[in-house]
Amino acid sequence: MEREKFHHLDDQKRAWEKHAESLEGRKESFVTVSGRPVKMLYTPLDTEKLDYEKDLGFPGSYPYTRGVQGNMYRGRLWTMRQFSGFGDAYDSNRRYRYLLEQGQTGLSVAFDMPTIMGYDSDHERAMGEVGRCGVAIDSLEDMEILFDNIPVDQVTTSMTINGPASILWCMYLANAEKQGVNLKQVGGTIQNDILKEYIAQKSWIFPPEPSIRLITDIFAFAGEHVPRWNTISISGYHIREAGSTAAQELAFTLADGFAYVEAGINAGLDVDSFAPRLSFFFNAHIDFFEEICKYRAARRIWAKRMKERYGAKDERSLKLRFHTQTAGCSLTAKEPENNIIRTTLEALSAVLGGTQSLHTNSMDEVLALPTEKAVKIALRTQQVIACESGVANTIDPLAGSYFIETLTDKLESEAEEYFQRIEDLGGVLAAIDQGFFQQEIADAAYKYQRAVDNEEQVIVGVNRYNSNEPLEIELLKIDPAVEEKQVSRLRKLKEKRDNLAVRQSLDNLVNCASGNDNIIPGILEAVKVYATIGEIVASLKEVFGEYKEKPLF
Amino acid sequence: MDKSGKKIRVLVAKPGLDGHDRGARVVARALRDAGFEVIYTGLHQTPEQVAETALQEDVDVVGLSILSGAHMTLVPRIKKLLQDNGMNEVMMIVGGIIPEDDAEKLVSEGYAEQIFTPGDPLDKITGYISNNFK
Repeated sequence: MEREKFHHLDDQKRAWEKHAESLEGRKESFVTVSGRPVKMLYTPLDTEKLDYEKDLGFPGSYPYTRGVQGNMYRGRLWTMRQFSGFGDAYDSNRRYRYLLEQGQTGLSVAFDMPTIMGYDSDHERAMGEVGRCGVAIDSLEDMEILFDNIPVDQVTTSMTINGPASILWCMYLANAEKQGVNLKQVGGTIQNDILKEYIAQKSWIFPPEPSIRLITDIFAFAGEHVPRWNTISISGYHIREAGSTAAQELAFTLADGFAYVEAGINAGLDVDSFAPRLSFFFNAHIDFFEEICKYRAARRIWAKRMKERYGAKDERSLKLRFHTQTAGCSLTAKEPENNIIRTTLEALSAVLGGTQSLHTNSMDEVLALPTEKAVKIALRTQQVIACESGVANTIDPLAGSYFIETLTDKLESEAEEYFQRIEDLGGVLAAIDQGFFQQEIADAAYKYQRAVDNEEQVIVGVNRYNSNEPLEIELLKIDPAVEEKQVSRLRKLKEKRDNLAVRQSLDNLVNCASGNDNIIPGILEAVKVYATIGEIVASLKEVFGEYKEKPLF
Repeated sequence: MDKSGKKIRVLVAKPGLDGHDRGARVVARALRDAGFEVIYTGLHQTPEQVAETALQEDVDVVGLSILSGAHMTLVPRIKKLLQDNGMNEVMMIVGGIIPEDDAEKLVSEGYAEQIFTPGDPLDKITGYISNNFK
């Protein structure tokens, strides 16, 4: 009966196809922003093999294709979390309090480049970079100022920090204790994803092996003392921004995730003791449907592998929870107001894909750090989607669409092919060493740029409908005095603190790094006596060394 | 090619601490495809390292990629170091997130010959070097 029905449908489809293909089309081929060909029409013939229970299931149930919570946004909306930070801790503290007053529900800290690379603000290499693209944090003193009058037991904080993640995390915890908050109540996320640094974002400090040890030490310490903390945010965002396709973002990010799971297991941890605190971070690029399918495929792949390959039993270990940020690389410097529309579409795809939290880019981010006005519009974009559009009323509303289900399957199988290739190369670390990811991404980025340059890929206001009007929006300027102020405050701190205690804590840290004990208590002790990030990183470099990349293009 | 038929040598450099190398690598490849001899420094270079590589590789053009906002510090420093090395003739171009005011200043004060920003096509960059190289 079923078979007969499909035969009949197939005949009809052939007839339609013949007719449709005889009509004149706007162009030869239609592809996604990742260069993936898309068919003119999808029908039940494409989803013939779809098994609802096995492939989709119900929200909050295996394989979680439709979402990780039983009632999704009916229970709680996604967390609206705008990534921000600039100048010194005073400047950023003011911005955070403004965002909270405007209804933002979580904080997300952007650090400046010296902090990200583990240099103090007075280091020679920090010159000109202090407070420029994030907030400058040198010591616990800065962290105290950053969260002044912000109750860290009520607000969760995400920190985009990787190489020195353990140090900034310890500063956050030390500040929480000083606010009188029990660490068991403290919630938030550290990005802490070093693999994607080697692959795409390129802000590393130590070589892979000690970096992975720092990460598994964090897993173990958090499991025992800070159970509400998301110990890692395994990130595809930067892989995509570096120029990857959607399938590469999906595959490389999940491959990294599995590498961390294996590292945890190899460090002697039970998979269910740390896997529930792993979280993910994806990009929301401009190709609407492909992005939605990417999130759905990600949940299904993660759940299957965690269960089947790694033997996870706690269902929280199977649930892929993720943060999303709209694509910075999709924004244009020309006619920046158009970026509001791009961001709206991207944010909508993240919501339809079931994200747990979301950052919407401000229209001016391709030009400078966002102004207060631009960031408010970005936050309002999320609020309009959440409260006015009605899309949060029902769960995974695009499920069952012939196109959506076909593309979700396709992305899953492409990711599986990549996992096989990575395994054949000897795993993620070996593939990094051989430049595999880096080359794949560079190739995709170059191909994309060529497609833009020859107008196969249209960018409104740039290579089509370009009005060439002068820029008419206000931009945020960072006061050059910030660097001076920060450096002088740091110098004062170095005079007034107990320098003997600092010396001892750093010596202890070197000892601990040389052995096999968990290193986090040693870092916590050092930040509490106001050792600076530069001092702690320099001590660890003595033992761990530094990472060097082979430059290729 | 320059007038004598020798390939023009371009150093693509990433000074400063930011790791955004998508642009630098795409431009490096476009320059290579357009027939230039390209040397890419890799990331996290100090101004001294950039100037040193420029001298050792005897390049005709230095292209700096900066997306961290530190351009007003880094570009003049590198320009000065190049001059200290006797490389007064080298063509200096800069790409990245450079606000218009800063771009004008870098050009009018002689630190850079041309600034390229997001949205500029690759051919504009390769064409600029070909057309303006003396």
